[in-house]
Amino acid sequence: MTPAAYLACLNGVLRREWLRFYQQRSRFLSALVRPLLWLLVFAAGFRAALGVSIIAPYATYITYETYILPGLCCMIVLFNGMQGSLSMVYDREMGSMRVLLMSPLPRPFLLVSKLIASALISLIQVYAFLAIAWMFDIQPPLWGMLAAAPALLLAALLLSALGLLLSNGIRQLENFAGVMNFVIFPMFFLSSALYPLWKMRESSEWLYWICSLNPFTHAVELVRFALYLQFNGQALLVCLSLLIVVTSSAVITFNPQHAAVRRAPGS
Amino acid sequence: MYKKNSATYALLSHRPSTRRFRIALLAGALLTSAFSLTALAETAYVTNEKDNTVSVIDLNSMQVVETIDVGLRPRGILLSSDNKLLYICASDSDRVQIIDLATRKIIKELPSGADPEQFALHNNDRWLYISNEDDALVTVVDVETSEVLAQIDVGVEPEGMGVSPDGKWAVNTSETSNMLHWIDTNTNTLVDNTLVDQRPRHVEFSKDSRLLWASAEIGGTVKIVDVASKDVTHTINFAIKGIHPDRIQPVGVKLSDDGRYAFVALGPANHVAVVDAKTYEVLEYILVGRRVWHMAFNTDQSRLLTTNGVSGDVSVIDVDSLKAVNTVKVGRYPWGVVVTP
Repeated sequence: MTPAAYLACLNGVLRREWLRFYQQRSRFLSALVRPLLWLLVFAAGFRAALGVSIIAPYATYITYETYILPGLCCMIVLFNGMQGSLSMVYDREMGSMRVLLMSPLPRPFLLVSKLIASALISLIQVYAFLAIAWMFDIQPPLWGMLAAAPALLLAALLLSALGLLLSNGIRQLENFAGVMNFVIFPMFFLSSALYPLWKMRESSEWLYWICSLNPFTHAVELVRFALYLQFNGQALLVCLSLLIVVTSSAVITFNPQHAAVRRAPGS
Repeated sequence: MYKKNSATYALLSHRPSTRRFRIALLAGALLTSAFSLTALAETAYVTNEKDNTVSVIDLNSMQVVETIDVGLRPRGILLSSDNKLLYICASDSDRVQIIDLATRKIIKELPSGADPEQFALHNNDRWLYISNEDDALVTVVDVETSEVLAQIDVGVEPEGMGVSPDGKWAVNTSETSNMLHWIDTNTNTLVDNTLVDQRPRHVEFSKDSRLLWASAEIGGTVKIVDVASKDVTHTINFAIKGIHPDRIQPVGVKLSDDGRYAFVALGPANHVAVVDAKTYEVLEYILVGRRVWHMAFNTDQSRLLTTNGVSGDVSVIDVDSLKAVNTVKVGRYPWGVVVTP
């Protein structure tokens, strides 16, 4: 296989994902509405108008809206990663995944291409969200927005890989509701996305430890620090190593026969 | 075009013989700029009411570089016009202390009357007008001779003190009488009073000495007073979404020299209001630390420093973008702040 063949394949996967995203405008809208509701409704009700205590990477007092911005960026990425897993189940059921896997290129490459495609789509949504937040006067430094791109990409890859790994265990489309309840919500709520970890610690030491072990917390902190032009080595290390472990496990456990085998006798 | 022995020629030339000279020139230029940077380093001095100290902040590194021990309960703080001397009201020591900024040592103590809280220096750099909170007095002291020139009866609980830039008026605010007391500096006698809202805390003259801005802590307002007629011409009210009106307690006021903005510290509302100094419209509320009281500009007025008493820190506001950009921890209950070039 020549490098050109690999590129052609990556290009094909990216374009398919883009076309799907472009055609499902309601999905884009819902991906934006969800974090905006949190930002403009939840944060407004929760409003800490007197300021959130200073914690790294912030140099001064911030509003609650400013605090939850990185968490909501990661929320978009999380939902997108999980929606990717949904599309994977759908693809397997409808057979389009088998078309992709007919490619002579190695399967890990095909899957990683799919992860990259899904991560890039997440990034578009995150920046659209940041642009809207900017209009509502929630403005991280401009250079920070740029610096956050690699952090967001890493977070998106990690969460997409996690979605892929999960989809390997899901047999049916309907099980996605279970993913929502048992993966997305706990991951989001048991993290530093909505409240600083020291605040968690005040209420329960156990909750604090669960939150600090949650990979989503590290993704959020990586993005939060990058948005304010600072580097969080620990978060980067955790995210990178998890990315490698989760992607490898997802690739190893991937079985395109799941749906086909199960359906074969009845069909 | 360039003479062969000129410095410009040397800088532009790529000949090896001139390389050493170029390096020397560049090193010289770098050293010069390093020195000018050092010279530009501004310093902020903050009185810490509960720690009996003054924190010294280097505004380049935004770090506290020194803490100076002073008298008990230091509050009011101001600079001599040449920025060489620092005056501090040591309220519970019942005196004003003078610190030489070259050595950062207390070089003199002035009699101040009981419980001095705020004070203002006349533009002759000699007469210090001090409000004595417990005695309902304003004491005038000559800083050179340490002589008490006058003691003037004013309202109950005198607090804010200001002297007009043209030197004609000294104004004192009394917290319980809710009045501004106008003292003619020629005779050092009380000549007029202006009623304002409840608990007036601070006054600030416009640069041309024509207007006086007076904050009222409980009233929650800032009044603009015409100096010629001594009448209130405007009242500014404040409202911050999500913050109970009782928490909005205006104290410190600072006017930018370009006549564009007035900044008003809103106490336990943890915000500084930005007011258009021409239309008196509130433009913005900037979030800072807890219980913000007094403020000071840096030399070119690009930054404004605020003392946040309860959170024990100083916030830095970027005046261009009207955003808080930094907060530095100082001692307990920082009260006032000044900046030297």
